[in-house]
Amino acid sequence: MAAAESYPDDLKYHEEHDWARIEGDEAVLGITWFAADALGELVHYEAPAQGTTVTKDSSYGEVESVKAVSDLIAPLSGEVIEVNQKVVDAPETINEDPYGEGWLVRIRLADASEVDSLLDLAAYKLVLADQ
Amino acid sequence: MAQTLQRTPLHDRHVALGARMVPFAGWEMPVQYEGVIQEHRAVRTDAGAFDVSHMGEIEVEGPQAHAFLQSVLSNDLDRIAPGEAQYTLLTNERGGMVDDLIAYRLGEFRYLLVVNASNKDADFRWLKEREVRGSEVTDVSADHGLIAVQGPRAIARLGLEPATPFTFSEEKIDGLEVMVNRTGYTGEDGCELLCMTDDAVALWDAVLERGAVPIGLGARDTLRLEVCYPLHGNDIGPDTDAISAGLGWVCALGKEFTGVEVLRRVKEEGPKRKLVAFVMDEAAIPRHGMPIEGGGEVTSGSHSPMLDIGIGMGYVPTAQAAPDTKLTIDVRGKPRAGHVVKKPIYKREG
Repeated sequence: MAAAESYPDDLKYHEEHDWARIEGDEAVLGITWFAADALGELVHYEAPAQGTTVTKDSSYGEVESVKAVSDLIAPLSGEVIEVNQKVVDAPETINEDPYGEGWLVRIRLADASEVDSLLDLAAYKLVLADQ
Repeated sequence: MAQTLQRTPLHDRHVALGARMVPFAGWEMPVQYEGVIQEHRAVRTDAGAFDVSHMGEIEVEGPQAHAFLQSVLSNDLDRIAPGEAQYTLLTNERGGMVDDLIAYRLGEFRYLLVVNASNKDADFRWLKEREVRGSEVTDVSADHGLIAVQGPRAIARLGLEPATPFTFSEEKIDGLEVMVNRTGYTGEDGCELLCMTDDAVALWDAVLERGAVPIGLGARDTLRLEVCYPLHGNDIGPDTDAISAGLGWVCALGKEFTGVEVLRRVKEEGPKRKLVAFVMDEAAIPRHGMPIEGGGEVTSGSHSPMLDIGIGMGYVPTAQAAPDTKLTIDVRGKPRAGHVVKKPIYKREG
């Protein structure tokens, strides 16, 4: 069952419809409800390998629905320290719980100051209003 | 340049149902209502309704209609009587396919061709340029709505009697005059209902009232791919021949029709490549245009909602075409393993 539209207040957002939850010098990344809804039911998560480096504003993986493929854009740079295996095994988890069980990777931040460039909820809502 | 999209008579119904509308072959069509996977499974387990009013209808009538169509279509129309239909190909001089279509024999001297939306104008021009005295070719697409009702419970839900595939009859549904064609594009039992344009909305409402759920083009594509029905423009086209595409069974090579000598030669020499079905052995989704190692190419690919794996069709050299042959698909730069399977990829139980 797809989740109802929501955008939590405690996350940082990227204009490519990705989110980051900052936890000290680490961050958990995922895609927003808007991105998951636009793609439709997800059927594949092409995850980065643990230990690889992701770069802010660059692709670190892919998600696919029946009809479409979408790059995952890293909102922040860092090293992948954990991949959500649950989503690899059951990609629809992203549609069901995009900010909880449907997280994609956990990274160790390369440069904590990058966080300042991300959007807060109000700014992301302006991006959504433009879609 | 912005192009104005055509709308079917059911456009407002789709919007009211919350469909996601997309451009397709010059038409604004519903790609999904609730979700592709859910809709796909509804057709495999119960009954789904598809608006296929974008498809073209071309009538060919006259004392020479039969002889004329025999000379331009690959299959043998002598094998069907009035009330019967036939899957066939409109071929070009190179043995390629202008279109694939279903010919309905309405009478001794009258046929209705139901053709792909994207090829309708080309088909009509092709036929018009070749038409002979005594055969009148008319584009009657604007006069008709077409609704496919497919699934194991489709016929029962419509209150129709079971009938032989590829036959048709005039029936009334809620007082509406409908040509009920026992044809489809899903591999399931069902029918395609041809009605007058003005009756399309009432017929759609009647079909949904009987419990068929609306199905978008997304599921239409995954349904046909699971059962390996080719899609013109993807798997087959003007530059692919029927023998290599595995469509030799709809080519009556004993009669004369456009391009037949090319097809006879391919058949005799054996095709250099073949259109095969395959499934992935690892988590990856093949897509149209991806290279297959050894010189092949994916022509259709998606995720199979019934098998929950990546599936596809593609051309491979004949040496790689036997079932169980390992294939390597280039998925955006990453080699991914799959293997050839016998068509269809998905078979209904029982």
